[in-house]
Amino acid sequence: MAKEDYKGIWVFAEQENGVLSETTFELLAKSADLKEKLGGKDEITAVVLGDDAAAFASTLYSYGAEKVIAAEHANLGQYSARPYAEVLTALSEKYKPSIFLFPASPLGRDLAPRVMCQLRTGLTADAIDLDVDEDGVFVQTTPNFGGNILSHICIMEKRPQMVTVHPKVFSPISPIEGAAGELILEKPEVEADDCYILLETEKRVFEGKPIADCSVLVSGGRGIKSQADLDMLRELAALLGGELASSRPLVDNGWLPHEKQIGQSGTTTKPDFILNVAVSGSVQYLAGMQNAKCIMSINHVASAPIWDVSHYGAVMDYSKLIPALIAEIKARKGL
Amino acid sequence: MKILVFVKQVPDTDDVRLDPRTGNLMRDGVQSIINPFDANGVEAALQLKAQCGGQVVAISMGPPQADDVLKKALAMGCDESVLISDRALGGADTLATGYPLAKAAEKIGDYDLIICGRHATDAETAQTGPIIAAFLGIPQVTLVDKLSVEDGFAICRRLLPDRYETVKVKLPALVTVCSEINTPRYPTPINIMKALKKPRAVWNAADLGCEPDMIGIPGSPSSNKKIFEPPKRMTETIFFQGDAEAVARAIADALEAEKII
Ligand SMILES: Cc1cc2nc3c(=O)[nH]c(=O)nc-3n(C[C@H](O)[C@H](O)[C@H](O)COP(=O)(O)OP(=O)(O)OC[C@H]3O[C@@H](n4cnc5c(N)ncnc54)[C@H](O)[C@@H]3O)c2cc1C
Ligand SMILES: Cc1cc2nc3c(=O)[nH]c(=O)nc-3n(C[C@H](O)[C@H](O)[C@H](O)COP(=O)(O)OP(=O)(O)OC[C@H]3O[C@@H](n4cnc5c(N)ncnc54)[C@H](O)[C@@H]3O)c2cc1C
Repeated sequence: MAKEDYKGIWVFAEQENGVLSETTFELLAKSADLKEKLGGKDEITAVVLGDDAAAFASTLYSYGAEKVIAAEHANLGQYSARPYAEVLTALSEKYKPSIFLFPASPLGRDLAPRVMCQLRTGLTADAIDLDVDEDGVFVQTTPNFGGNILSHICIMEKRPQMVTVHPKVFSPISPIEGAAGELILEKPEVEADDCYILLETEKRVFEGKPIADCSVLVSGGRGIKSQADLDMLRELAALLGGELASSRPLVDNGWLPHEKQIGQSGTTTKPDFILNVAVSGSVQYLAGMQNAKCIMSINHVASAPIWDVSHYGAVMDYSKLIPALIAEIKARKGL
Repeated sequence: MKILVFVKQVPDTDDVRLDPRTGNLMRDGVQSIINPFDANGVEAALQLKAQCGGQVVAISMGPPQADDVLKKALAMGCDESVLISDRALGGADTLATGYPLAKAAEKIGDYDLIICGRHATDAETAQTGPIIAAFLGIPQVTLVDKLSVEDGFAICRRLLPDRYETVKVKLPALVTVCSEINTPRYPTPINIMKALKKPRAVWNAADLGCEPDMIGIPGSPSSNKKIFEPPKRMTETIFFQGDAEAVARAIADALEAEKII
């Protein structure tokens, strides 16, 4: 099979308990852009699995899917990697898409590598951009080590070209009421996976509000010298009505839990205001906050990359400034 | 119970340079460590062994110096090690990484449980575990933060962003573990001594019976087309000047202007 025989852009429509994930819509929106750059011939297909998968079709059309492949079976009601991978592998072999996008969610990252392996193709991990380059090649952008270089990964010969894509890097279109498309209903044979049994789920309870939902964040970086200093930032965050967050090093050293980490391998945030304290501004960190409306930073080095995205800031040591700032805000608030 | 633990050697820093010509990692001059999540994997295996008895084999693929992480795994208490090393395996993407690792598991045989880290801290694709499981045709449970074994099943709790999921998976299976699962033990002097006498195999691609077109660069469907500096977003920055008090006042003014306070 020549690679030219593979056509179309597929988006894995991730649904759990009857709800489609936001990233599914982000990927459908980006597919329209890719379609145009690839010459306009590739159809955009959403692929959805479940016990009542066709029910998602109208929503998927409204977000830009031209076609929906709904694979239905009672045993697909609950996600399990092996049956899901079997079905997607078979569908992909039958319809031969050229590009197959997955959300880089825990589910997408559990599932996509198995499909990729069965199809013996390539899978780019956690891309932060997708494009078609000057040679007409579909390229995926991923950050590199050190955080200040990006790379273009591509899958030259094998098909489909599979990618898991970082959540929130693209914006969904506003849904088009009544948009229509073509539904392909598949009824695959799926055996129950008695090797993988979900016993129970338990909601996690967090201290504070999830940083993805906060309008104000104060974020500390590796330059923060002690946990006492981190407590100052926590106090400042509370004064501003926000939450404390951080770059990766403070999570790696155990000062903060992973859910407070901003960035590529943490959480993507979009607050109205963020104060970065002693954060250098690596590509991976910026990926998680550069869409904040107002960015302020404190760093004693004038050449740090964080300044490229900051609206306000001070080039100075944080250790004297933060106590002064806390005192000033308290005074203004009459505390 | 026979447990295989996959351990990867990673650079002890985020600041690794790439060879601008080949796009490969330049490992010279950078200290290497065991991937931190793989140390959690070794600890998890040793705890299960303490409960159920059995044997723990640590496996790593990499250049000859990757043997250092195997020494560490043995000093922590693993029973045997396997180093997979062959120039032909270099430059692999995740498919061509998972394949020889799966081949090694097959060659060792009779495994009940395979443990990987949730991801390796250098490239962080988190793809290798599921790919090994797919090659072996066994179930997988990713992101595990609690693990026990009973009657031929593993009971695993998955740590997801919004919830925990408890899953019962039939052995043999592969799990990937989070740092929350345990605190890895330190090697003791006695165990470091004992480690010297433990069985240590070194295998190349031919020993594993790898198909030549499935390994290394030829076996890697994905490749690095180019590396480049990110386009800079040149935001106009307003810098506050003066001593700490003056800057604090200026910041507070700006916060008021932006309606934050
Ligand atoms: C695959 C992968 C994924 C990653 N994902 C993430 C991610 O999700 N999130 C993330 O944050 N990182 C991530 N990283 C790590 C990333 O590359 C950087 O290493 C990290 O963001 C650096 O954090 P930092 O800016 O806090 O530390 P540094 O880069 O060490 O910066 C510290 C800054 O503090 C300043 N400073 C020091 N002392 C003071 C002081 N007294 N006063 C004022 N300023 C001071 C310094 O000038 C410096 O700019 C990832 C890396 C890889 C390889
Ligand atoms: C910046 C960068 C980006 C990359 N992006 C991609 C990409 O998008 N797609 C792609 O196919 N390849 C990619 N690669 C290549 C990929 O990193 C290699 O294939 C690598 O061997 C897999 O490493 P990982 O860090 O992603 O491992 P992960 O999959 O994150 O590792 C998970 C676990 O697998 C086990 N494991 C992994 N490697 C070994 C080993 N050598 N020995 C023993 N156990 C191991 C460990 O238990 C580890 O905890 C990239 C490489 C770089 C440098």
